[in-house]
Formats: sequence, C-alpha cells, structure tokens
Amino acid sequence: MSAYVLLEDGTRFDGESVGAPVSTTGEVVFTTGMSGYQESMTDPSFARQLITFTTAHVGNYGVSEQFMESDRIHAGGAIMRAAVDYDDAPAAEQGWLSWLKANGVPGIAGVDTRALVRHIRTAGSMRGGIFTADVPVSEARERIAAEPSMVGRDLAREVTIAKPTIFEGEGDGPRIVALDTGIKRSIIRNFTSRGATLEIYPCTTSAEDLLAADPDGFFLVPGPGDPAALDYIVENIKTLLSTKPVFGICLGHQLLSRAAGLETFKLPFGHRGANHPVKDLRTGRIAITSQNHGFAVAGTPGEIIDTELGAAQLTHVNLYDNTIEGIRLLDVPAGCVQYHPEAGPGPNDSLGLFDEFIALFEASHA
Amino acid sequence: MPKRTDIQKILVLGSGPIVIGQAAEFDYSGAQACKVLLEEGYEVVLVNSNPATIMTDPEFATATYVEPLLPGPVTQVIERERPDALLPTLGGQTALNLAKTLYEDGTLAKYEVELIGANYEAINRAENREEFDATMQAAGLRTARNIIATSAEEAQAALEFGLPLIIRPAFTLGGRGGGIARTQEQFDEIVHRGLDASPIGQILIDESILGWGEFELEVMRDHADNVVIVCSIENIDPMGVHTGDSVTVAPQQTLSDRVYQKLRDQAIAVIRAVGVETGGSNVQFAVNAATEEIVVIEMNPRVSRSSALASKATGFPIAKIAARLAVGYTLDEIPNDITKATPASFEPTLDYVVVKWPRFAFEKFPGVDSTLSTHMKSVGEVMAIGRTFGQAFGKALRSRELDAQPDVTGADEELLTRLESPGADRYDLLLELQRRGVSDEELRARTGIDLWYLRELRHLDDAFEGVRSYRAVDTCAAEFEAETPYFYSAWDREASNEVRRGDKPSVMILGSGPNRIGQGIEFDYCCVHAAMTVRESGRDAVMVNCNPETVSTDYDTSDRLYFEPLTLEDVLAIVEIEQPEGVIVSFGGQTPLRLAAGLEAAGVKLLGTQPDAIDLAEDRGRFGALLERLELKAPPFALAQSPDEALQVAPGVGFPLLVRPSYVLGGRAMELVYDTDMLADYFARTRPQGEIFLDRFLENAIEVDVDAICDGEDVWIGGIMQHVEEAGIHSGDSACALPPHSLGAEMLDEIRTATKDLALALSVVGLINIQYAVYGDDLYLIEANPRASRTVPFVSKATGQPLAKIACRVMLGEKLATMGLPEDPCGPHVSVKEAVLPFDRFAGADALLGPEMRSTGEVMGVATDFPAAFAKAQAAAGTQLPSRGTVFLTVTDSDKAAAMGIAAQLHDLGFRIVATRGTASAIKRMGIPVETLNKIQDGSPHVRDWIDRGDVDLVINTPTGTAARSDGYEIRRAAVARGVPCITTIAGGMAAARAIGAARFGEPPVISLQELHRNGVHA
Repeated sequence: MSAYVLLEDGTRFDGESVGAPVSTTGEVVFTTGMSGYQESMTDPSFARQLITFTTAHVGNYGVSEQFMESDRIHAGGAIMRAAVDYDDAPAAEQGWLSWLKANGVPGIAGVDTRALVRHIRTAGSMRGGIFTADVPVSEARERIAAEPSMVGRDLAREVTIAKPTIFEGEGDGPRIVALDTGIKRSIIRNFTSRGATLEIYPCTTSAEDLLAADPDGFFLVPGPGDPAALDYIVENIKTLLSTKPVFGICLGHQLLSRAAGLETFKLPFGHRGANHPVKDLRTGRIAITSQNHGFAVAGTPGEIIDTELGAAQLTHVNLYDNTIEGIRLLDVPAGCVQYHPEAGPGPNDSLGLFDEFIALFEASHA
Repeated sequence: MPKRTDIQKILVLGSGPIVIGQAAEFDYSGAQACKVLLEEGYEVVLVNSNPATIMTDPEFATATYVEPLLPGPVTQVIERERPDALLPTLGGQTALNLAKTLYEDGTLAKYEVELIGANYEAINRAENREEFDATMQAAGLRTARNIIATSAEEAQAALEFGLPLIIRPAFTLGGRGGGIARTQEQFDEIVHRGLDASPIGQILIDESILGWGEFELEVMRDHADNVVIVCSIENIDPMGVHTGDSVTVAPQQTLSDRVYQKLRDQAIAVIRAVGVETGGSNVQFAVNAATEEIVVIEMNPRVSRSSALASKATGFPIAKIAARLAVGYTLDEIPNDITKATPASFEPTLDYVVVKWPRFAFEKFPGVDSTLSTHMKSVGEVMAIGRTFGQAFGKALRSRELDAQPDVTGADEELLTRLESPGADRYDLLLELQRRGVSDEELRARTGIDLWYLRELRHLDDAFEGVRSYRAVDTCAAEFEAETPYFYSAWDREASNEVRRGDKPSVMILGSGPNRIGQGIEFDYCCVHAAMTVRESGRDAVMVNCNPETVSTDYDTSDRLYFEPLTLEDVLAIVEIEQPEGVIVSFGGQTPLRLAAGLEAAGVKLLGTQPDAIDLAEDRGRFGALLERLELKAPPFALAQSPDEALQVAPGVGFPLLVRPSYVLGGRAMELVYDTDMLADYFARTRPQGEIFLDRFLENAIEVDVDAICDGEDVWIGGIMQHVEEAGIHSGDSACALPPHSLGAEMLDEIRTATKDLALALSVVGLINIQYAVYGDDLYLIEANPRASRTVPFVSKATGQPLAKIACRVMLGEKLATMGLPEDPCGPHVSVKEAVLPFDRFAGADALLGPEMRSTGEVMGVATDFPAAFAKAQAAAGTQLPSRGTVFLTVTDSDKAAAMGIAAQLHDLGFRIVATRGTASAIKRMGIPVETLNKIQDGSPHVRDWIDRGDVDLVINTPTGTAARSDGYEIRRAAVARGVPCITTIAGGMAAARAIGAARFGEPPVISLQELHRNGVHA
C-alpha cells in the first residue's frame, strides 16, 4: 500500500506503507546514525517523533530483545529509504517490519529521505505525519494541525515509570536515585554493571519523597519534550542540589542547567546521530558522541558564570555548532552532559563518564 | 596545537611503479600530502621512481627525485637535501619498508632525520607479526592463533591448528607469496614460496577463520590522542579472499550497532597500542556473525588502498588530513574540506551505499591459477555510489568494462561448484544461479556470503526504479550544507538535483575507468592535466570517472566530479545536466574513446581530434591509402574475415607476422607467428571472432615511439623514444630511451617529417602517438593513435614540457605558434623508461615479453648517459642487476652472434659465464671461457637446479618458440621465483651489460627534475 509523509508546511514525500498500516502524526526529525534503529525506536526521548533514518538501509539485522532501550517503541514512526523484514540474521528474533507492525507502529519506505532531510535542515524540524494513501491530504493537514507543538510540551509525564523500581547493582557501589523522565536501559546497565544500585522514581515524585530515599546522589536522565515545560522538576532539582551530588544526561542536563538559572532553546533541527564531536574544554579531549536532543542550553562554551547555585563552568562544546554540551557546577557537586555517554546506539568513547559519576557519588558517601 | 616550526624540510617517499597491491592510490595520497605540506610552508623533497604520477609533477614538491626507491639513491638524496623529517606513511609498503631500512642502517640518525607520522617502533609493531600479536594480546585483543616460522621445519608446528591454514610472508605487498593451504602438499609448497617472498625470510601461519565476515575500519589519530573512524568497509566475500580482490561495501550493512561499536572500540585500541601517533591506519577484522567473536587480522600504520577508497567513499580526505596531523595539527584544528564549516574531528555518515569492485586481468596470463585467495591478484578497481546497495552494485557491474562477458553456461551443480572456489566471475555465476531459481540458502552454503546481500542481489533489477538525479557526497548525510561536494546519480521517486552548475562554461573530461593492463595511471595523469588546463582557461572542469584509486577522482582536481560509470547512457545523462562547451575523450585511453561515436551521434561536441580522424587511423584500408598518398612505408598487411581466409592470405603478407583480432586493448590476444602451422595453432587456441589482422613483422627492427601535438596548422614534437627491446615486444612492455641512443640525425629528421605530415593529414587537434620501425635504413610506420598515449607522462617528466596540458590548450583553441615551445625540448641528459611486470605474482605465468602487453606499471631512470640511466631504471623496476657472479645464457640460433658480444663484455667485467650446449659452443669459439650446463631434459644437475640453488645471478634467455612448457619457460619461471633478473631480448641483454659496466664507476648521482628542467631549458 502507498503511503506519504506530509509536513506542516505542505511538503509531501511519497513511499510505501510498511510496519503497521496506520497513520500517525508527530514531530518529523532525522537521525544520521548508521546503525541502531531498534535502540532509537525504543528510546523514550523519541516519543511523539517520527524518525527519518538517513542511512540507506534499515532493518538489515532484524530486531532482538537485547537491543531494547525501554519496554516498548516510543517513536511514532519510521521514515526510510529502504527497509527489509528479514528475521534470520544471527542475532535476530524478529523481522524489523514485523516488529513495527506487531507494535502498531507505522513505517514508510521508499522515501527520498535525503530530500526530506535537506528540507528539514533548511526549514527546521516541524510537525508532520505518516499517512496511508487512503487518508485524504485535507484530513492529513487537519491531523497535523491538531498535533501539539514540541515547544512547551511536557512528554516526561507520558514516558515516566508508573511506580518506583530498584535495579540492584552488581556489587556494593553507591545507591543512586534517578528521576525518570525517559531512562534508557543502557544507562541502567552502565550503573549496575559498575556496582551502583539505581532506584528509579516517577518524574512527578516530590523533592521530599526523593530526599526521604536518602541515596548517595541523584541522577537526572534523558527524555523527550521541552525542558521549559518541566518547571515542577526543575524546582525539585533546586532542592536536591543543596543536599547531594546531582548529575545528569541530555534532558537531565537541560533540567539541571535550568535549575542553575540557565535558559534552554529549541535547536533548528536538533542533534541526532552518532558522529557529533564534543570537546571537553578543560582537557582539550574530543569524544565522538551519540546525540539525541532537540533543545539545548544557551551560553558561551568555556565560560565560567555565576548562577543561583554558585559558579558554573560551561565545560563541553559541540564542535559542529558551538552549542553547550556539558556543565559543571563549581561550588556544589553537580554536573551534566548533553550527549549520551551510555551510547545505545552510538560510540562508546564516553563510557568512562559513568566511572566518574560513580566516583563522585562515592566520594560524597565517604 | 599549531603546526610545527622546528622542521622546515620534509622528505616524502612515494610508492614507485604500479604493481599488483600497490597502485594509483598512493599517487592520490602522495599528491594530496605534498600539496598540503607546500601550502603549510614546508619544503618538500620527494622521491618516487614512477614518472606517470601527478605527485612527481615538479610543482608538487620543492625538489622531485625520480630515482629508485632504494637505500642507496635515497641516502644520496638525504645527503644532498638534508631534510629535517621523513614522512613514510604515504608511499605504501614500499615507503614504509624503505624508511625502516634507513632507520636500521643508521642513515636517519646520521643525518638527523626524524620519522614523522609513524615512528620506527610503531612501524615495527604493526609490521612484524610477532610484535603485532604480542601488542594485540597486551591490549586485550584477540588475533588468530598462529605461529611465526623462519624455516619449513618450524612451520610444521602449525599443522596442529588443523588444515586449512593461511600462510602469509612478512613485509610483502598485498600478501605476495602467501596463500591458503588445504592439503599437506599445498602447505609445503606455500611455506616454501612464502619464505622466499619475505625479505626477512619470515612467514606467519594462521589458524583458519575462513568464512567469517571480513571488515575494515579506517582510523585517524592526532597527537592529542583524539581518534575518529572515517569509514567502515564490509567485504561481501567472506574471509579467504584478499580484501583487494573482494567486492566491498561501505558503510558496513550487516552488523548490529553493538557489534559495530565493538569493532570501533577495538580499532581505536589497535591504533593506540601500535602507537601510530598521527595519521591514518587501516585495521582489518574477522567477525563470526553467529558467535560475535572478533579477531584482529592486521593493521597498516599508513594510508592504503582502503584509505583511498574510504576517502572517496566518504569525502573525508585521509591523506590530506594525515599530512596536516603529521606536522602537528589536531583534528579539530582542521576544517572538514567538504562542509568548510565543521571540523575534521568527526565521523562521516553516509546516506548512500558504496560498492568497490576489483578488476582482474587473468586473460593476460594464460595458465595462471585464477582462483581468488589471500594473495591479491586484481590489477585495478571501480567504485560506484548508489542511493541503495542495489544501485551501487548495479553501477559497479556496469563500470567494470569487461572485454568479454563471463561464461555462465553449464548445469546448476557445475556453477555451484565453481562458486566454491571463488574466481573473478563469481558474482556473474551467483546472479545467473539466482535467475535460475537456486535458493539463497544454497548460495550462502556455497559461498559464505551474508543472506542480506544475497537477497538484495536477487532484487537488483528493482534498484533502478524511479528517476535519475544527481546527489552530493557531503560527509554528513545532508545535515550540513556542502561547499565542495561531488556527485553520483541516484534513482528516487522524484528528481532532486543537487548540482549547482553556476554560469561558467564547462568542459567535461572523461576518465579511463578501472586500471587494467594496457590502460593504467598514465591516462589518469593526462585527464588530471586536462582538468588543470581547463580550470586555468577560466572554465569549469567537469570530471567523470569511476576509479577510486586515482587523482582524477579527488574532488580537488576538478570543479565538479561525477563518480559514475563510463557508459554512453551514464555520460549523456551528465551532459544533459552540465551542458558542457565540449567533451574531452582523447585523454582517458580506450574507455572514453569508445564513447566518441555515440556522443557525436547524440550531438555532443567533442574537443580536439574528431572521431572521423580516429576512425581513419584505425581503419586499415583508409589508413593504408593515406600512407600511400603521403609516401610513407608500412609493413605489408592483410585483413581477413575468418581464420581460414587468414591462413590463405598469410603467405602473401610474408612471415614472420603478427596476428591479432580487431580493436584490441593493450595488444590483447596478439601473437608473433613464424609459419602457417603456428598461425593455425594460434587460431585453434584463441578462436577469434570477427576480423583478423595480419601484419608483417620486421624482425630485429628498432622500434620508435613519437609523441607529438598538432593544432591543425603546426606540429610540435614532444619526444622521440627509441625502444630498447626490438620491434615485436609490446611498446608498453619495452624499455625506451629519450633521446634515441642509436639513431642518426638523418633518420631523426625523417621521423620528424613523417610525424608532421601524418598529424596534419589526419587533421589532429591535440596529441598523436606514432610508432615506427627502423628496419635497415628504412622507416616504417607501424601505427598511429591520435590521442594521449601511455608515454605522455614519461616524455613530460623527461623534457619538462607538460604535453597533456599543451595539447589541452590546443584543444581549447590556442595555437602552438603562440606558446613559445622549444624546437627540441630534450635536454642534455638521458631518460629511460622501464616496464614493471607482474610475473612474480602469478604462479605459472611465463615471464616472457611479447606483442601482448603484460606490464602493470613503469619507472624512469635519468642520468647523463644511457647505461647509467638504464641501470637506474632497472634498479627502480626491482631488477637489481648483479655487479659480479654468474651469468647464464641460452639464446635462439639467430641471436647467437649477438650473444657472443654480451658474453665477451660480461666476461671482461669478471662474470663467470655458463650456457646450454649450443650457446656455449658459439661463445667458446670467441675464446671466452664458458661452462656448459645440462638442459632440463638432459637430467640433473640441469640449469633449473642451478637457478633454484641460487648459483645464477643473471639469466639471459631469448625464446625459441611459444611451446608452453619449453625449457625456456621453466628457466624463466625459476628465475622469477628466485628473484634472479631474467632478460628475454638480446637488446635488453646488451643494455644490461653496458649498465653493469657503468655501475663499476659507482652509483650514478641523483638529480632532481627541477634541476634537469632548468638545465634542459638552458641547453
């Protein structure tokens, strides 16, 4: 069956319906990673987004439970140039398209993804939808118009865990409380395999309840949506900061930054991929990083600024566009990075950051 | 960190002649690096014996030495130039090995030359198998179980890993001398061969990981220890086929992110452990898809064939960036060349698929084993880019330019059996079997090819649905705007052209496609010069080519590069987009020339000589009439429509004669026959289709090559070359000297007049190459080719006159009269070009020169006299002439008189002379002491035993016929196997004797092209 992608500015790209034969709307974004399609689809940060894969072929090695980054598909749909459904690659438990279908998630293949990306690069990420051919364009337009804008949208509430859950560490490392705005299994694994125990709380948990858990530190995790819509979490973080070490990744970085008084803004087309160079301005070291964010923290890389929580250094910079990729608070034990050290998918260059996190949590414990 | 200021002068070593395993990619890499270093303000001293390279153009270095890449000459260069640093990572294995030698013999320390890019320890850790394994183990990485042996006895221990075993000699190119042993017999044979092939007499025997997936990662590191992966390459052919012979794909398609990231982590660990401080490395892995086991196969601490491919596949110019890193920059200080706005410290991401396809030339070497193995056998490659794998694969198929379609007839089971021992035709067989309905599971079982590829191949025809438009290679999957992209055609639902044509008029240059024997780097050289000239004229140069090894497919070379197959359909589609002022088809060899008629018919303007003139020169009837009108002599010839007719007309032409089918490349299928029986035998063996040419062969004539340029009014002669070997040896395989060393002034004048008359009569606008034979006192015209020839770069280097550029200016409308060209551009020195032959790579090939071209590359020697220049050329070609020892002579009857002269000369030089009976008795009559050896049929100890034992230092053997397993064949094979210089012509023998004599006066001094050309102009 034919299908099409329609963007809110009226631009249309045709293809074939694959996966579930349904229509859906969301923010149309693109990722330049060349592998890890299953990890991306199950990453909660992609909630309410339709992922355009720039890589030519998707689905080549099937899907497998081990590559799940959460318990379900969070992305709204997959937009691809070519896709296959083979399920007999050595690690495959199911075909990629069968899996999308079984989960009710639509895909569209045969799309000129390059033309689509060039359009988004110029016009910016925007709302759109994947529609089966039987949906008239007029109806498609209406459905896109009904899709809320990503700006101002609180999606953490949609993806957060229902009740507190504990992931025991493989050792006697620190006990860390994570506020779940959309955690990935790679993050959990990176803590537990290093001996840390992770207690995950719904993102709506109050500061009092979090403090009552009395952990060695708090961890702020990635997630979808606009950080500016999450003031209730930001307020909690301010409370936590004065008590225990707080570290964060991605949305967690944006929330911590907002807690320190910095602003966030929406990037024109986001950073999504596995090849972004990030430089630690304190050491000069460059890491190739996994990225997945549509919003960023405003500031001048390298600067040390005064915040409501004391001095803060804007430690990391994205060498593509000079946006902020990491912050360290100098007066309280807190810091964060915008990129994904946990990989899944993407390069493992920054896995060492988890050792640093754990060392800092342990230091506070000692 | 900014660039280093403590070094001013950098020595760069090239890779020498094109050989199997080391081709034009090192010209691409070297030329880029030289350009960058000059831009950065360093003085660059370059040594490379290959004149057909762009990097040896004088403007690419401060001082360019076209000298042998051997310790002696390079030490002389170091003494003269006193460089501060040596960059050894750009000239392939040749440069790396040479740098290692210069370090070990103390030369670098003595002259205080610092190795940059890779230091001695790193080179050693990567190249010495024992060290490499230890290094990998220390880094926690797995290598295949293996042993290192320096004798056949030591090698036996490997048998406990179980057969098959993989045997690889240390320090050789492209695995030369190695192989896969499946039986005890094969094991013994390959061990023996491998020990001989390794310059340090060491082999590595690996446990078999045959059938595992093979992957390569291109890694770059800067001195601040930042590391990036430029590209992943997956071999469709599993382990067991050398990566140079495999069809490969970028980016990798079948690994999950988790496994890919493991490879990435390991590649980074490898470059750190080996300790390559700055620059690029290639790391090869075997991956067991079922168990996810990973084994590190090897790493090259330098730019490589794969890095050239990766550069072209991604738009990340590895060599250029490696050169900047070597002088102190870090990756983030270097801009991404394509986007200009982002830094080089990133990893390219691809929204297309690249397929590389090797080009073989087994038809040139009858009798050789054409099964693919760990020992590289391909002579060139093509690269195709497509929106999908299917598009890329289909375009690669089109780009191969096979002379004949592979034979895919036979029963299914027969074809399946053939697939099990992969050959050059394996994908043709595979596609045929798919058409016949053989299942992918069956094909996988027979080939080990991943099912994903087999399935995509089954739907190849669907790949080209939709419309064609041109997309950009931009390193970033369109995430950022590209400033200097290059293009490929893509088929999508709708057209979306990304070419920004601009307003300038453009000239399109058609390249030469994959390197093969008969069409090599020389033609790419001419195309690059055409692009430079077009740009200088204020027009946009548009390049079309599909060969990833070359300088022409460097996006810096032209204003717009189209990485496309060179078929009429593909080229016309580009013409439609570009609307060029004209198209140049006469610089890229036969490949673009074949398109001339079709382009003309489509109304495309061709610049320079028109197709009709090309046809006139190739049509024997028309051409014969023209020669008659011009009163130029040509050997008698005849044209026959069938073998029967040929046998009838042959006596009228006269024997000996050359026989060949029509329209051939590099003299393919051409043979010399002495009587009707031999002719009948030729037909029985070759079964030619179509027209057959018979040309009277002028025995012992001197062959002459002329390169000239005509603008329709005037003719300028760039160079007259005299072949060292007599007529009958393909001009591409013959050594030649410029200026001629034994032709009189009168004959030279006659040649000049004939050249001018013919060029004007053919209405040539641009280059023409004419081959003559001087037979007695008479000049015969053998053939004329109104296009760029193989000798253009050699003549340009020898004279300092850029022939291809001058010709291109003429084609763009300039007149020779306005250019102020010297009447005789040849300076006071002598230049000798020598061919480099691949016999040592093909077990079973006869090391005999003939009318069929077999050389893969060339070198040049320059000196003040012919013997010294010839000696340099020999040394550069890898034929180290002995200075003393034993020479073995066996020649055909007609050569015996001349052989006596050679024997006398070598005797006077102190050589011990040995010969077979007939030759010995002739020599004895001259009063020269000679020992007689048994012919092989006389029983041991015979001549082959002598050679095998290493008791012979030089072989002079002229052939007595083409009978396959003659004594001569055995002698030549034995010589090649032992690495003993083997000369197969009398003229070559005489030149060698003179060269050995000249060497007595010490190694000839080195001289740079810049000095030569200065002297030449003043002379």
